[in-house]
Amino acid sequence: MAEKMAMAKAINESLRRALDADPKVLVMGEDVGKLGGVFRVTDGLQKDFGESRVIDTPLAESGIVGTAIGLALRGYRPVVEIQFDGFVFPAYDQIVTQLAKMHARSLGKVKLPVVVRIPYGGGIGAVEHHSESPEALFAHVAGLKVVSPSNSSDAYWMMQQAIQSDDPIIYFEPKRRYWDKAEVDPEAIPAPLHKARVVREGTDLTLAAYGPMVKLCHEAADAAAEEGKSLEVLDLRSVSPLDFDAVQASVEKTRRLVVVHEAPVFFGSGAEIAARITERCFYHLEAPVLRVGGYHAPYPPARLEEEYLPDLDRVLDAVDRSLAY
Amino acid sequence: MTVESSAARKPRRTAAGKAGTAGDTTGAAGTKRTTRSTAGKGTDPELVQLLTPEGKRVKNAEYDAYVAGITPDELRGLYRDMVLTRRFDAEATALQRQGELGLWASLLGQEAAQIGSGRATREDDYVFPTYREHGVAWCRGVDPTNLLGMFRGVNNGGWDPNSNNFHLYTIVIGSQTLHATGYAMGIAKDGADSAVIAYFGDGASSQGDVAESFTFSAVYNAPVVFFCQNNQWAISEPTERQTRVPLYQRAQGYGFPGVRVDGNDVLACLAVTKWALERARNGEGPTLVEAYTYRMGAHTTSDDPSRYRGDEERLAWEAKDPILRLRRYLEASNHTDEGFFAELEAESETLGRRVREAVRAMPDPDHFAIFENAYADGHALVDEERAQFAAYQASFAEEGGH
Ligand SMILES: Cc1ncc(C[n+]2csc(CCOP(=O)(O)OP(=O)(O)O)c2C)c(N)n1
Repeated sequence: MAEKMAMAKAINESLRRALDADPKVLVMGEDVGKLGGVFRVTDGLQKDFGESRVIDTPLAESGIVGTAIGLALRGYRPVVEIQFDGFVFPAYDQIVTQLAKMHARSLGKVKLPVVVRIPYGGGIGAVEHHSESPEALFAHVAGLKVVSPSNSSDAYWMMQQAIQSDDPIIYFEPKRRYWDKAEVDPEAIPAPLHKARVVREGTDLTLAAYGPMVKLCHEAADAAAEEGKSLEVLDLRSVSPLDFDAVQASVEKTRRLVVVHEAPVFFGSGAEIAARITERCFYHLEAPVLRVGGYHAPYPPARLEEEYLPDLDRVLDAVDRSLAY
Repeated sequence: MTVESSAARKPRRTAAGKAGTAGDTTGAAGTKRTTRSTAGKGTDPELVQLLTPEGKRVKNAEYDAYVAGITPDELRGLYRDMVLTRRFDAEATALQRQGELGLWASLLGQEAAQIGSGRATREDDYVFPTYREHGVAWCRGVDPTNLLGMFRGVNNGGWDPNSNNFHLYTIVIGSQTLHATGYAMGIAKDGADSAVIAYFGDGASSQGDVAESFTFSAVYNAPVVFFCQNNQWAISEPTERQTRVPLYQRAQGYGFPGVRVDGNDVLACLAVTKWALERARNGEGPTLVEAYTYRMGAHTTSDDPSRYRGDEERLAWEAKDPILRLRRYLEASNHTDEGFFAELEAESETLGRRVREAVRAMPDPDHFAIFENAYADGHALVDEERAQFAAYQASFAEEGGH
């Protein structure tokens, strides 16, 4: 039975289902137990599954990921929570040097089905280190998979798939969308985890985004429609691997591409998409691939984040520039 | 920050030379240090206390010397510091509720730990705080309104750490303990006799950075005091989620002394921190001070403590209130009169008003502040993006406002 639920609730329901289905699934992190996490994503799980399945950890991110690796080596499937984007870095060493590489180093003998949940992105007026988008830093590392849902249904199903995957998955949760509601059908047949989806058909230009920016792209497409422009919106869903076939198919149709993400544009995921699509679709493109994202500056204090983050005008501005070629 | 820009330092005294230093209590402290390191016996942790919750002065053979010369005036000063800090904190909490601040991390209950330790520091010492050290900032002469910028969201720090030797607030848990250790290593290299104090919480004690700072400071004999405010909670997790042994005992494994002090006793915090700073100055290396205290409020204004702790606990700690305790002592020893409290109340009102007005008057930062100070020597890409940003902003003006 499909039900409307907020994204945070959808992730909670998904974790609940996984904990229920497989005794090897564990939820670990700071404050995930009694408090239910600072965003309440794990609310009630410890009450129902006990302290040995839903584990409040010491305040140590390297410890959280490092021990999750050990638990995975022992046959468990840990889903760890990093409290905020900016706090993943104490664990970055474990993620990059260990989690990402053990499968290859063991010639495929070792599997590390670890999911690292990271609430990420800005727009909630937080203090520093609480609004960053470090996905490119993880996508750059071979051995990791990086995904980010944009709505409740995907949040639910992508979590199921991430937990079932034998690869380590960095699961970026767009925290500013935690409270947005959408239909979730627990009996549906989900799309594959790493496939992009056309969420709005269009003919004049493709907007490609993931996570928090998908909603903005919808709004931009609405606004553009009023001016008689038909924009296609592509929800990439997965940053690594990235569904370049889907991007290519869309660009071959619309001949124009604007990539939107919150992270700084410089060396960001948009750069990778632009390079590949230029290579694949050189003769189809009517305009260079444009990118809209953050600046090459530290994430600013809350009162400036609206200037820093892509907004409707900046997306539409890029659309205009692309259409002007 | 450069070492040169800090306050001038006296040449570093040697441990041997120090015994002859007249006029202070370091001689007595010399023997005590070794006894201190027996602190990790695994029995009930001893709590250094000079003032009971009822405000009775109790004798302490080891630490009395460090507050022996304290004058009634200085005692009133400590009281004033605590009252004004609490008032500032209450005002900030209220401002957050009124929507003037995005977030606030209250120090309610931790005034004695912060004022006692903060007043133990010397002007040329250097302080590395976390994000809750409003009372220490007060002792360092940092204008309290400076602390509010980052909580209002107009900057990410916003003060010059070198003007009061008070470093920026650090939000990533534990990071600053390594900076403190490195700074202290620099002091030692310079042959100066300043010391460094690093603040962190009981939760932070689990971080690798904190363990590494213990290692470095011990190995390099760095003049640093680790001041852990064990306020019993790291958001929803009790101290038992971080450690099986009393935190002060951690020091033993690294080879330096650890002491647990009653964190709600301002005199004890002052004495113990003075002792620890003196060890650092004398070339005797790091000390871990665990101030055993309680966070009476929520973790921050976004937290809901009712989900993880009951009221009884708070009530028990309220009986040990640091301010009340000193007040009782001051009154019992006839160090104050009604005039003092009335004046302080008035001063507290004035501070509250000043903070309120200052926050409301804080301008939003200029849009171009995004690009300011991303680099010290500039960066071509930042210049390019700034220019694009300017053109973009100007496009709205051309359209006749936005
Ligand atoms: C590396 C890192 N992980 C997580 C957080 C989120 N966080 C902020 S404060 C806090 C609890 C800190 O507890 P403690 O060290 O005891 O200090 P207290 O706040 O109680 O003074 C947590 C988990 C953070 N700021 N940094």
